[in-house]
Amino acid sequence: MTDHDSYSDAYIKDILKRVRTIAVVGASANWNRPSYFAMKYLQKKGYRVIPVNPREAGGRILGETVYAGLRDIPDKVDMVDCFRPSAAIPAIAEDAVAIGADVLWMQLGIRNDEAARFAERAGLTVVMDRCPKIEYGRLFGELGWSGIATGVISSKRKKKVRP
Amino acid sequence: MSYEPTEYGFETLAIHAGAAPDPTTGARSTPIFQTTSYVFDDVDHAASLFNLQTFGYLYSRLTNPTVSVLEERVASLEGGRGAVACASGHAAQLLAFFTLLQPGDEFVASRNLYGGSITQFGHSFERFGWTCHFVDPTDPENVRAALTPKCKAIFIENLANPGGIVVDIEAMAAVADEAEIPLICDNTLASPYLCRPFEWGADIVIHSMTKFLGGHGNSMGGVVVESGRFDWARNDKFPALTAPTESYHGLVFYETFGDFGFTMKARAEGLRDLGPALSPFNAFMILTGIETLGLRMERHVANAQRVAEFLEDHPKVAWVSYAGLKSSPFHDLAKKYLPKGPGSVFTFGVKGGFEAGVALVESVDLISHLANIGDTRSLIIHPASTTHRQLTEEQLVAAGAGPDVVRLSIGLESVDDICRDLDQALRNT
Repeated sequence: MTDHDSYSDAYIKDILKRVRTIAVVGASANWNRPSYFAMKYLQKKGYRVIPVNPREAGGRILGETVYAGLRDIPDKVDMVDCFRPSAAIPAIAEDAVAIGADVLWMQLGIRNDEAARFAERAGLTVVMDRCPKIEYGRLFGELGWSGIATGVISSKRKKKVRP
Repeated sequence: MSYEPTEYGFETLAIHAGAAPDPTTGARSTPIFQTTSYVFDDVDHAASLFNLQTFGYLYSRLTNPTVSVLEERVASLEGGRGAVACASGHAAQLLAFFTLLQPGDEFVASRNLYGGSITQFGHSFERFGWTCHFVDPTDPENVRAALTPKCKAIFIENLANPGGIVVDIEAMAAVADEAEIPLICDNTLASPYLCRPFEWGADIVIHSMTKFLGGHGNSMGGVVVESGRFDWARNDKFPALTAPTESYHGLVFYETFGDFGFTMKARAEGLRDLGPALSPFNAFMILTGIETLGLRMERHVANAQRVAEFLEDHPKVAWVSYAGLKSSPFHDLAKKYLPKGPGSVFTFGVKGGFEAGVALVESVDLISHLANIGDTRSLIIHPASTTHRQLTEEQLVAAGAGPDVVRLSIGLESVDDICRDLDQALRNT
């Protein structure tokens, strides 16, 4: 099992480079919620984001149809990003495995080691307690624009990496 | 291959952190972006920037491409999560407290601070409705006793100006943690090369970058650094971070930005609405200074140690307060918190009191008589007649700036020349 106390930059970068479609569980239709921020940012970076939220099912967020659950999504999902409390993660992990997702990602402040082990045994890559928007910004040179320490040092020109 | 931030040494970070070759031109050193504003891709991009939904440049009062390199550099050197640079150290203090306090709130500060900070906290801050309780920081129990339920922070200079006092950061951090409020350290006199307060439990670090970070006496600047480890939601004392922010349509900064929520708030509200942005040119000058921070600090402390020892043996000198001397009551704390040396700013007492102090500062030829510290040049001042003259006699003594006190900031000249100049000037007193 991966060490979930700290991830290497390479581990995160590899995920962000290989996934293209991200299902966001707990997606809010409110433009001022963190999930909306993350979806909007990732969409602009070229990812397809598919919102999942039973209360908004059938509606649209950021131009994408909202589904009640992961199993309702008709398209192939590469990554499941969870804006849900830790207790809700095991059921989401089961769905993520069932739909053949490649990555299970839990947002800042969310960690469920049992669900992580379950997903990893099924072959998924797992990230916990991180935000893909912040990690994308950190690894591809945008987070520093806000004065945040990225830990990234390079003597090469920065390149925008789009999936 | 993975690159973890902890793998880089201080000197590497001092040169590289935050900077990369310019994506368009390949320019290797950080360009001066003497620019105010940045084009939007479209209206939606503009909305995303105004709403803080994406990272990017909008207007240099908030972020600027040269300034942000400096911010990331200082955050990295301190081992912090993020930083906000601003026009001066005083502006940094204002930004930090503006982000933490509401009208009617209070905080406890060391009484051993730069005189300008005592005036800012004790008088100007009153007009924001903030009350500062000053205490003797040599015993952390004094801080504990002064805390009230309205106190939202503890503020210290871990290596105090005008001189010689080292505060027990770890003990202060324990008091702050017990009270569930952040410990703010002004680390200006030590610089992150000599001391990194976050490693001892501090939550916010402040610098006047005008001093050792810039290091050449040519550019004003300040910075607020956040450790990223304080849980703002552990109580209801910090609504600015944990409650919806009206001017951002109800955005909750701590929830949205997590461990750099304080930095985002200090920028998005503090810099935006108070306006003390750092000039890109100053950021460039300070960045250039920081590249040699380690080298300079090594020589600063070596020279300071030699000068302090010279003065301690001088017949016209009553006492020397430098934590690098065995005679200093802060010698042991200095060994713990400042093992590479306790800075290069210290005080000594000239025999003959106020008049002798005035005569001394007017007799130096090489050392400069001016109100600053942390320059390549050696500097001298008589605080009672200058930086601390707004204080009462009682405050002067309490702040370590009594009538016979002379403050030195030892520079990078040949140390024998510094000693010779002090010797001839002392003979004139």
